[in-house]
Amino acid sequence: MDFTFDTEQHALREAVAGLLQRAYDPEKRRAVTKDDPGFDEKTWAQLAEMGVLGLPFAEADGGMGAGHAEVALVAAEIGRVLAPEPFVESVVLAGGLVSAVGTAEQRAELLGPLAEGSSLVVFAHAEPGHRWTSSATAVTATRSGEGWTLSGVKEPVPSGARADVLVVSAAVEGGTGLFVVRGDATGLTRDGYRSHDGTRVARVTLDGTPAELLGEGTADRAGDVELALARASVAYAHEAVGAMETALRTTSEYLKTRKQFGVPLSRFQALTFRAADMYVSLELVRSVALWATMVVDAEDSSPEAVLAAADRARLQTSKAGRHIGKEAIQLHGGIGVTAEYSVGHYTSRLTAIDHLLGDGAWATNRLAERVDSYDTVEALPA
Amino acid sequence: MQLHLSPEDQAFRDEMRTFFTTKIPQAIRDDVAAHREVSKEQYVEAQRILNEAGLAVPHWPAEWGGRDWTPLQRHIWREEMQLAAVPEPLAFNASMIGPVIAAFGNQEQKERFLPATANLDIWWCQGFSEPDAGSDLASLRTSAVRDGDDWVVNGQKTWTTLGQYADWIFCLVRTDPTAEKKQRGISMLVFPMDTPGVTLRPIELLDGGFEVNEVFFEDVRVPAENLIGEENRGWDYAKFLLGNERVGIARVGATKRLIVDAKNRAAEITSGGRPLIEDPSMRTRIAELENELLALELTALRVVSNSTDGKPNPASSVLKLRGSELQQAATELMVDIAGPLSLASFADDDETDVPEWARVATPEYLNYRKVSIYGGSNEVQRTIIAGTILGL
Repeated sequence: MDFTFDTEQHALREAVAGLLQRAYDPEKRRAVTKDDPGFDEKTWAQLAEMGVLGLPFAEADGGMGAGHAEVALVAAEIGRVLAPEPFVESVVLAGGLVSAVGTAEQRAELLGPLAEGSSLVVFAHAEPGHRWTSSATAVTATRSGEGWTLSGVKEPVPSGARADVLVVSAAVEGGTGLFVVRGDATGLTRDGYRSHDGTRVARVTLDGTPAELLGEGTADRAGDVELALARASVAYAHEAVGAMETALRTTSEYLKTRKQFGVPLSRFQALTFRAADMYVSLELVRSVALWATMVVDAEDSSPEAVLAAADRARLQTSKAGRHIGKEAIQLHGGIGVTAEYSVGHYTSRLTAIDHLLGDGAWATNRLAERVDSYDTVEALPA
Repeated sequence: MQLHLSPEDQAFRDEMRTFFTTKIPQAIRDDVAAHREVSKEQYVEAQRILNEAGLAVPHWPAEWGGRDWTPLQRHIWREEMQLAAVPEPLAFNASMIGPVIAAFGNQEQKERFLPATANLDIWWCQGFSEPDAGSDLASLRTSAVRDGDDWVVNGQKTWTTLGQYADWIFCLVRTDPTAEKKQRGISMLVFPMDTPGVTLRPIELLDGGFEVNEVFFEDVRVPAENLIGEENRGWDYAKFLLGNERVGIARVGATKRLIVDAKNRAAEITSGGRPLIEDPSMRTRIAELENELLALELTALRVVSNSTDGKPNPASSVLKLRGSELQQAATELMVDIAGPLSLASFADDDETDVPEWARVATPEYLNYRKVSIYGGSNEVQRTIIAGTILGL
């Protein structure tokens, strides 16, 4: 049992932190997120040069062959400065799916360019009216000669308008299939818009759109989707921890410098105690995020163990994110609600993360289904 | 980053688990598991078995019975002890005065006290809090005035836990009332509880038990050699001691046991025509509590793996704060599962059909209000976090 990062991992963190902290301060972020695609193509290319966009992929597929610990480090740095680059969305989630399901040919074809930064791949999965499911309903796939066509609507799809390639889940006979759709495919309409957290999402309308089946055969891929969503949730937990850390630090600084009634706010115990509680929430969620990452990375973890760990991370992230996000604004006062000041954007992003892949209540329900099937939660497997 | 215990730590955990579940008498462990009062004899018996095997004071210096364990191994030791419902070595001995004497006592004091303290041949109690010195401990007024070869102690202590069993007391006393800072005029004295002038008044708590006492000192003569460390340095020793007190205070293993209990009992109670454990809101509550406890356990593991220098980590305030809240949440859960049965709290075995677990639920819940108050109240912990960690 070891919660610490090794020297190489620290070096990776420092490199990524250096890059992202140069790229973003609150003003630069506001400028970048004002225009499409909602992130900075140059920063994305620099992340690619650094090898970050290929971290979790096998070397044979054009990646770095790193683990989720490395992914976690990067996600935390993304969160710390609220970098709007779709690292978790594209590399961890969409790339993770291709990596897990794709044929060797597809992996090389899709992951190499993703890692190089020349092709943005995203997962188009959510459907209006269906929440946090691992299967597809509204978008259907039909065989068409050698290939397939897809019809229906996916929304919201993170970076869906900017994406070069979409991995689309669709209902097939016997379950859910995964398909690759090119950005220039016929019958593909994408309406991108801005979300509250500054990122871009899209409605993706498919109308007899040609698609390539991802992986061999038409087995139900809902299980693969669920696992990929779980791994991405764990990465999001780290992005959220990074964001919470900055939100708390910004709040503490503000309490020390802002004066009212002739004294710094830090003289008021009603405020400092609340900041102390934010610290407690932060340390607890950090522990769970690190642990869930180790569960994902452990070779002998069963899929069930990974799913449960992700649910635990979702629950803790949701609780802590809401607590810290709301208190950060309240302890600032009115300025916390403005778009001109940084701290509210952290709350906004934390709220987005909470609702992308399953919130705390949703995760709790999944955990609650199993509470009487074991005695104690084992932190350290035998 | 590595999820699994190393093979050595895995073996260590197995060894601890085997020892605690086979060498400590089942009757004692049953009493702890059933939340019954543990008698003095049971405490002594359990601690002597542990001490015989070198498991009572592993965190002490090796020459006085300590083991050269890693912080993680100490964590596992404590965790397994709690999971096995073994009475922990008496905190006043093992975590408080023992380490203070080992660190600050003279050779004669070490030889005189440490072996007897580890073996619970001496039962120690704590003379810190006073009626007007609770969280503001440095305001204590009990005085010690030098008279020839003796100190003469006058004043009053309170919240002295299990003082009724104690052979000796370690006491913070004011030896320099003129010191500029009130912290600078305090010393630590130790003396037998049967010294003339010492009287003890038990305080009944809400659970009907008597675990704390007031202790009065009237012209108590204490030989000068019973001063621990230097005169007027007692505050430093107290801080050292309280830092140790916070280690292991998360009590994750004990809370885990409570939650297992809660799940089993919720399966036995019928509510709305079905087992209570099938009630979705009950399941949700348990799931959330388990997750909070996991988060605490993992944080404790992070703290122990980062505290190689042995100094108390300020993050240990998180463990105290959250550990106490979760112990309280688990005892509250037990009361809610017992429901109306919890009213049979003070019934004797022969006059009730209500099972024991339901009878002890509310007394324990009420008693456990103490855990967010002792060991530095949770408000003191928030002050430490805000000041030391956040710089506020």
